Amino acid sequence: MSTVLGVLFDGIAYGALLFIIGVGLSVTMGLMGFINLAHGAFAMFGGYLAVMLMTRWGVPFLATLPLAFLAMALAGAVMERLLYRRLYDANALDQVLFTIGLVFMSMAAATYAFGSGQQPVALPGFLRGQVRIGGVELGIYRLFLVALVVVVTLALRGFIEGTRVGAQVRAAVDNRDASSGMGIPVDRIFTLMFALGTGLAGLGGALGIDVLGLDPSFPLKYLVYFLLVVTVGGAGTIHGAAVAAAILGIFDVAGKYYVPEVGAFVIYLLMVVLLIAFPAGLYGRRS
Amino acid sequence: MKAWTWSVPEAVFWLVPVACYFLFPGYLVLGSQVLITGLFALSLDLILGYAGIVSLGHAAFFGLGAYTAGLLAARLGWHEPISALAISALVAATGGFVSSFLVVRGGDLTRLMVTLGIGLLLYEPANKAAFLTGGVDGLSGVDPGKLLGWRSFDLAGHTAYWYSLAVLFIVFALARRLVRSPFGLSLRGIREGRPRMPALGTPVRWRLVAVYTVAAGIAGIAGALLAQTTQFVGLETLGFNRSAELVIMLVLGGTGRLYGALIGAAIFMVVQDYLSGVNPVYWQFWIGLLLVAMVLFARGGILGAMERFARPRREASDPRRGRHT
Repeated sequence: MSTVLGVLFDGIAYGALLFIIGVGLSVTMGLMGFINLAHGAFAMFGGYLAVMLMTRWGVPFLATLPLAFLAMALAGAVMERLLYRRLYDANALDQVLFTIGLVFMSMAAATYAFGSGQQPVALPGFLRGQVRIGGVELGIYRLFLVALVVVVTLALRGFIEGTRVGAQVRAAVDNRDASSGMGIPVDRIFTLMFALGTGLAGLGGALGIDVLGLDPSFPLKYLVYFLLVVTVGGAGTIHGAAVAAAILGIFDVAGKYYVPEVGAFVIYLLMVVLLIAFPAGLYGRRS
Repeated sequence: MKAWTWSVPEAVFWLVPVACYFLFPGYLVLGSQVLITGLFALSLDLILGYAGIVSLGHAAFFGLGAYTAGLLAARLGWHEPISALAISALVAATGGFVSSFLVVRGGDLTRLMVTLGIGLLLYEPANKAAFLTGGVDGLSGVDPGKLLGWRSFDLAGHTAYWYSLAVLFIVFALARRLVRSPFGLSLRGIREGRPRMPALGTPVRWRLVAVYTVAAGIAGIAGALLAQTTQFVGLETLGFNRSAELVIMLVLGGTGRLYGALIGAAIFMVVQDYLSGVNPVYWQFWIGLLLVAMVLFARGGILGAMERFARPRREASDPRRGRHT
């Protein structure tokens, strides 16, 4: 029983990471209809930034997290303004090619700058170790991870549902043309949401070094997972992405724990089944 | 546009691989790989260039064909190459037919995900079933018998080269006939304006199922060719990288033209062979930069650029530049 709970908890922690990285992708796809396969690259560079800050300049781990968020949000805003913006009306093939090109470049750049090996992360002492809650051994870092992601999600939800800008975002997702006609600065909303998404990916990349690992193949290795969060949840929905990430995290961890000989097969099978059952995602509004 | 008539430039084009055999006898192994990859890219062109389905998992069918041919020879003792090629094509086409029902539904994003997922679905079992497929070490000992009971596959690749070229040419001629038929025209109609095609009486779904099945079968032939000529099947025949590189080659050459697939594959393979010898990491960077630049500045690939050069005034009205609706 306790292993079941342990696996469940690890799955949720894993899902929390997938969520925080993937939610930006979900927003980008829902808002702009843009297929950004390079989203994982922002997470990777967020991770590298955190590692560099810790090892070169001795910045404490917790302080690297907001820095990774800010740096990647800034990078995302610049990229959106300079490059992505030109391709919003391009067809799916051009978007795929463009973003795969970015993935290749980022992987090569990361190999060149940081080498091809796994990056180490030294977590501070108070985040290491285990605690016993109700007879189940829980990793402190994973608890921290889940708590942080819950806080970020609530803040994100508050922003989207409680603020004026958030209302504009919702309007732009629902109908881009009408919102533009109502005087909502859709352009700026796009840049803001793109930057928010890449910033969260950077944060997720920094948080995930200990769980997901960090090496130059990161953007491709986890691409499928991020895309799954979006397609299974339904593009453009935050709660959809959260539910999808939790399902994926739990099934992936459980699959690897109980049937290791099948490997990642469980997750791909789950994905195909879910996409057959819900072609527009669990919470998708567009058919 | 006569279906079976070939123009002079086309005839000259097909003399190039023949000339290459005599001009570069030291590069026959690479040459066969170029021909096989060209065949593979041709199969993607049918679904991407003509039917407009963006697939990120086309290597699934390449791998299916490669493993079928490989297992036939290495595990079942079926050494006759041409019948093995036909069986591989049949297996891959069956896989294509079954999965096509998932692919033809949904929008671009769903298709992308489903094709990607199908590719990964095959990769994992091939990886884990090491007793059968050799897992990550690959399947070695694929020993094709004599071709037509007459020539065996030699180490320098003479037989492999002519065998690959002959298969490529036959399949190309059939594909060329296919895209110039009313069937091929209806595919282009679906690409340009899917909602309008039912009004013309075109069964959109069945056309897409048909072309996806055919393309999968051709990819299977290409995979089987690779297995037979290299006498080895690696796990990477099923990998995502192969699917992604294939899309790149095709786009580099130009989609929807058949010849673009061959030209793109040839240039990609030769440059890759040269540059990855220098430094594989740089190669990846440059191909990425090339993709980004191509999407931003030169849509339509090499053949598209040549067409624009030849007919500059029509460039503005190229329908491929807009969003598919």
